[in-house]
Amino acid sequence: MSKIIVVTSGKGGVGKTTTSAAIGTGLALRGHKTVIVDFDVGLRNLDLIMGCERRVVYDFVNVINGDATLNQALIKDKRLENLYILAASQTRDKDALTVEGVEKIITELAEQFEYVICDSPAGIEKGAHLAMYLADAAIVVTNPEVSSVRDSDRMLGLLSSKSKRAEEGREPITEHLLLTRYSPERVARGEMLSVEDVEEILSIQMIGVIPESQAVLKASNQGVPVILDEESDAGQAYSDAVDRLLGKEVPHRFLEVQKKGFLQRMFGGKE
Amino acid sequence: MSILDFLRARKKAPTASIAKERLQIIVAHERGQRDEPDYLPALQKELVEVIRKYVNIDHEQVQVALENQGSCSILELNITLPDR
Ligand SMILES: Nc1ncnc2c1ncn2[C@@H]1O[C@H](COP(=O)(O)OP(=O)(O)OP(=O)(O)O)[C@@H](O)[C@H]1O
Ligand SMILES: [Mg+2]
Repeated sequence: MSKIIVVTSGKGGVGKTTTSAAIGTGLALRGHKTVIVDFDVGLRNLDLIMGCERRVVYDFVNVINGDATLNQALIKDKRLENLYILAASQTRDKDALTVEGVEKIITELAEQFEYVICDSPAGIEKGAHLAMYLADAAIVVTNPEVSSVRDSDRMLGLLSSKSKRAEEGREPITEHLLLTRYSPERVARGEMLSVEDVEEILSIQMIGVIPESQAVLKASNQGVPVILDEESDAGQAYSDAVDRLLGKEVPHRFLEVQKKGFLQRMFGGKE
Repeated sequence: MSILDFLRARKKAPTASIAKERLQIIVAHERGQRDEPDYLPALQKELVEVIRKYVNIDHEQVQVALENQGSCSILELNITLPDR
């Protein structure tokens, strides 16, 4: 059975693409045949984060329009056997994606892949709606900050009412929350909402808490999903999130303030 | 700045708790609205127009809410009339 997972948020720039790349790669690392689909029409970025931007020949819209076959458009990851990417179109035509077109392609992908990860554009308009419409599960990406948390709640409302599952009266989309750009230091100083605060406000459990990390920028600079940086805090936190997605019970890490070593204290450690 | 202000400013209020409180209120409010039927805003607008024929009131002075209690719903109408 294949599983369609949307990575969404409402608010922009919170870490959806970073998360889609990490989770998709993590699933492939564990042996699951996975495709990550970029739904951000006009603002293609997943290809850069995955490091395959120079190999994009055909995109999602080309396949919908019949200008290319799905297999021509799928880009195989160079690192992992089980991982594929479908790029977003750079067209400025907002209506390039249609419900029928998306449904046809995603259904076809679901026949070939165990996991179909849909990287949603920001907002709650058409693009975001199409990305979540067919989903079985959702990862709502949130930053510990007021507007992001509020938008996540709106998105949770839409997920429960505006999906194909809801329309057909089937079991609703399984909702997960992923908190990212978390800074334990700032939480300890009372400057940032804590994991418990966000869980309480949204009454939903966390599938992962990803720390604010320099490893994310470093990874995106190189076009390597951060989960492949196994030494990094963010990479390990994403790895735990993937395990939880697969049903394992794993305690959260990186929620406490890291004690600075003597040298770091002397020379001002980086946060 | 007086010495008192200075001391107060140093003891920063933990802003995260303010954020949490504000979010709890707005999220509860918006969740309530989400479950409302679509006709409620239109109903409110028309009610204001009817009442306006007799009393001069603003849109904000009429509040319409639908509360679900088990199997029945209660339509709550709250109209603030201006001072006489
Ligand atoms: N844990 C993290 N630590 C530090 N920086 C991060 C972290 N997660 C994401 N970022 C940074 O935040 C920025 C936005 O990330 P990303 O592109 O994944 O967001 P997005 O939600 O996909 O944005 P959009 O809404 O535009 O599609 C990027 O610069 C990324 O490097
Ligand atoms: Mg993105």
